[in-house]
Amino acid sequence: MKPIFVSAAVALCAVAGCSGSDSTTIHGAGASFPYPIYSKWAYTFEQLDGARINYQSIGSSAGINQVKDRTVNFGASDAPLDKKELDAAGLVQFPLVIGGIVPVVHLSGVKAGELKLSPEVLANIFLGEITKWNDSAIVALNPDGKLPDVAITPVRRSDGSGTTWIYTNYLSAVSSPWKERIGAGKEVSWPAASVGGKGNEGVAANVTQIDGSIGYVEYAYAVQNKMTHVQLQNKAGKFVEPSLEAFSAAAKNADWAGTPGFAVALIDQPGDDTWPIVGASFILLHNDQPDRAVAAKMLKFFDWCFKHGGDAAKNLHFVPIPADVYTLVEADWDKQIQSGGKPIER
Amino acid sequence: MAGDIEAHPGLPTPTPLSDYDRTGDVARSRHFGDLLFQSLTSLGAVILVAVVASILALLIWKSLPAMQRFGVGFIASSDWDPLHDRYGAWPSIYGTLVTTAIAMSVAVPLALVTALFLVDLSPPWLSRIVGTGLELLAAVPSIIYGMWGMTVFASFMQRWVEPALANTLGFLPLFQGSFNGMGMLTAGLILALMVLPYICAVSRDVFRMTPGVLKESAYGMGATTWEVTRDVTIPYGMRGILGAVFLGLARAIGETMAVTFVIGDNRNVATSLFASGNTISSTLANQFNEAAGLKYSVLVELGLVLFMITVAFEIAAHLWLRRLRNAGGR
Amino acid sequence: MMAVGSPVSQAIASGSASDMAPRSIAWRRSIDWAVRVFATLSACIGLVALTWILMTVCLRGGQALSWRFVTQLPTPPGVPGGGVSNAIVGTCLMTALAALVGVPLGLLAGVYLAEYGKNSPAAVAVRFAANILMGTPSILIGVFVNVLLVSPPLGLGHYSGYAGAAALAIIVLPVVARTSEDMLRLVPDTLRESALALGCPRWRMTLDIIFRAARGGLLTGVILAIARVSGETAPLLFTALNSEYSVRSLNEQTANLTVFIANKGQSPYVDWQQMAWGAALLITLGVLSLILFARFILRERKS
Repeated sequence: MKPIFVSAAVALCAVAGCSGSDSTTIHGAGASFPYPIYSKWAYTFEQLDGARINYQSIGSSAGINQVKDRTVNFGASDAPLDKKELDAAGLVQFPLVIGGIVPVVHLSGVKAGELKLSPEVLANIFLGEITKWNDSAIVALNPDGKLPDVAITPVRRSDGSGTTWIYTNYLSAVSSPWKERIGAGKEVSWPAASVGGKGNEGVAANVTQIDGSIGYVEYAYAVQNKMTHVQLQNKAGKFVEPSLEAFSAAAKNADWAGTPGFAVALIDQPGDDTWPIVGASFILLHNDQPDRAVAAKMLKFFDWCFKHGGDAAKNLHFVPIPADVYTLVEADWDKQIQSGGKPIER
Repeated sequence: MAGDIEAHPGLPTPTPLSDYDRTGDVARSRHFGDLLFQSLTSLGAVILVAVVASILALLIWKSLPAMQRFGVGFIASSDWDPLHDRYGAWPSIYGTLVTTAIAMSVAVPLALVTALFLVDLSPPWLSRIVGTGLELLAAVPSIIYGMWGMTVFASFMQRWVEPALANTLGFLPLFQGSFNGMGMLTAGLILALMVLPYICAVSRDVFRMTPGVLKESAYGMGATTWEVTRDVTIPYGMRGILGAVFLGLARAIGETMAVTFVIGDNRNVATSLFASGNTISSTLANQFNEAAGLKYSVLVELGLVLFMITVAFEIAAHLWLRRLRNAGGR
Repeated sequence: MMAVGSPVSQAIASGSASDMAPRSIAWRRSIDWAVRVFATLSACIGLVALTWILMTVCLRGGQALSWRFVTQLPTPPGVPGGGVSNAIVGTCLMTALAALVGVPLGLLAGVYLAEYGKNSPAAVAVRFAANILMGTPSILIGVFVNVLLVSPPLGLGHYSGYAGAAALAIIVLPVVARTSEDMLRLVPDTLRESALALGCPRWRMTLDIIFRAARGGLLTGVILAIARVSGETAPLLFTALNSEYSVRSLNEQTANLTVFIANKGQSPYVDWQQMAWGAALLITLGVLSLILFARFILRERKS
């Protein structure tokens, strides 16, 4: 019997051993928000270039910690670091993809894109101030909607997440009661009446199951699960539906050049067609790269994502970074990233 | 040496008896083998203790910032405001105790009786199939339990079980209030499903190992199957059964993924089982990835509290076992 | 070994068979019958739940199973033909390594507790430690191994399959130790005494005779431990993480089925979700074959 086990183990190791080229694997980890598009880009890049880029979603904070510890080559975070933190850790930060967050509801008789909500009403719902769907504030926005006399169940994330960070930043920006009582962060002290779901999937499952519920999910989840999204009133006072164009409009007007580390908040941006809850996902890497070849390969990958990854991003319901922005980003690379004292050639 | 054969003139010199006596050699090699074996087993035990001690040390070290900040009040506090650095462990402790209680009170009787069925009542082929099936249940990833619970089981609870409970037992504060399929009851039942295979599989083997002669002598005196189980099998295997129950208990307390998906996450301590809540493990699962600084330390301290809860259960079980042993005279 | 005060022993003590009147026998028989019904019902409930989950896994996972699924690397959403070949290899390697380390150590500790330590203070401490380790959430074990083997300053500075195997081994260890102790203790002392009286050395007696007597139970403990770690996600998240590429070495992030399920199962894409259920089915099938193989080996030895 023993020889069987030994030979099986040897065979397993042989199988494990004899595959793949000799290229190194570049590891990245962090936010789960962009995981689908990063894995798609990495897959396509490997077929073109042969380099193995392995991105894993472990959460934004964990990604920041891992890149600081140098256990991974690059980190990804939905919540950008400010200049002080970046300098202290010796990190370079830039946005790689943009996505939107969408409130979704479960109300019989209400179809996708029918319900209109204003920022104040949305904040008050999640604060627990508005408790029924036929409340006067909601009816005022939807005079010909048939709003039932059903209790509102707000659904939010039970786990800390970058999605919550973006969403609560939005609520803090548009509602001073929210900002005073709750605030913005990856995890906040939600009012008691809300239900928590784990991950976007958990929120989606809860909303699908609970009649009269309202939650917030990444756009991809709303589209793939065919959920009932709402129309939200943006800064210009117009009611917009979420769409890739509406998300791009938010990116157009932001001050990328003037913000250190490109830490721009795409919340509540001006423009008639702008969707107000948009966020960029950021990449972090050390400005001092120990391995020149690895650094060059990483930058080549990110460059490729900027220039050629747009279609793939749109297919997966993400918005690519606009050309003028990534030009600034690459100039920043040339300025900041070095290996052994010399800049990297791409 | 005494008993040596005397030498006789003219005869060849006799071999002293001591040359035939191999006891010394055998004793030495046996002694060496036994010593080696005993040392190896002690090594296994020492490594086990070393691992636990190191984990404990790490937990204490990493939770020091939180311990210094919040002190003992941490355990009784129901605060949880990450933005203002206020944390408390009580809702998580409460949730852990409640879900574990539900899980154990459902799983233990079910598991023991099913084990009885497998050993004494069912035909051997059925026993093998069901037994293997139970062991398979232990292999289903906990995250699948979570996903299954969130989609399939929660709707089942919301549609059938919780309304029925509210209608029949609604006078109890345990079953009042609104329900949506997620909450402590659902989490407790899924935990019961997860620990059932462990308790059942181990109890089945415990029952099987009761010496046949004991059971046969009882049967011979006219005892029924149930009486043999109650008076022979269970007392004989009590230690093993308690071990099985503890295996399940440990699993229930420490289960991370499955509970997280269905417990709904709420910081209030509600009496109703329909309400959402959280456990220490679900809090860890939810928050660890995004935790930094003080929050990280708070989470590790929660883990330490869980450690202490397990210690408390262990002490209680140990004392109860000792009382049984003294009473039974085994 | 009968409990004092049971009706049977009372009947014996009272000494007269006529005390076991027909009514008393009928009563005892009906209790017995009631318990049998209850036991069968309970087994049915257990079976129903068991079938429900396994059916869900089979139905949802079955759609994803194919030759390609087992031989290809994972693909992004929308790209068909993806598989979990790397994750299968990674899980097998890490589980095998964890078992190789954890099972013998656990058996040794169990033997110590059952044969040598018994009720001594040292053994009480070891038993205590094992129970506590069993109850530790797997996420904390992952964090522990992360601090020791992954993160600087103590660790290697990168994730690795070895760290993953270490975390799994730590989970296996107490389960095997406690179940084997309990099983070994159930072997009657008469067996030990007769072996020793025949001149058998202690170590031989334990390995050849006692192990053989407790064989079924020991195997159950090992199977339960391995089944459990093959379904663990949280410890691997901190140690081996995952990889989208083939397993070339255990000294880097290693693909595995459970983190794969966590990642893909919680995504919004149907093809990814299907792959997650397929991976869950693979884990179940893998453990099933392990169980059947192990029990078969055991049966063969009986002759």
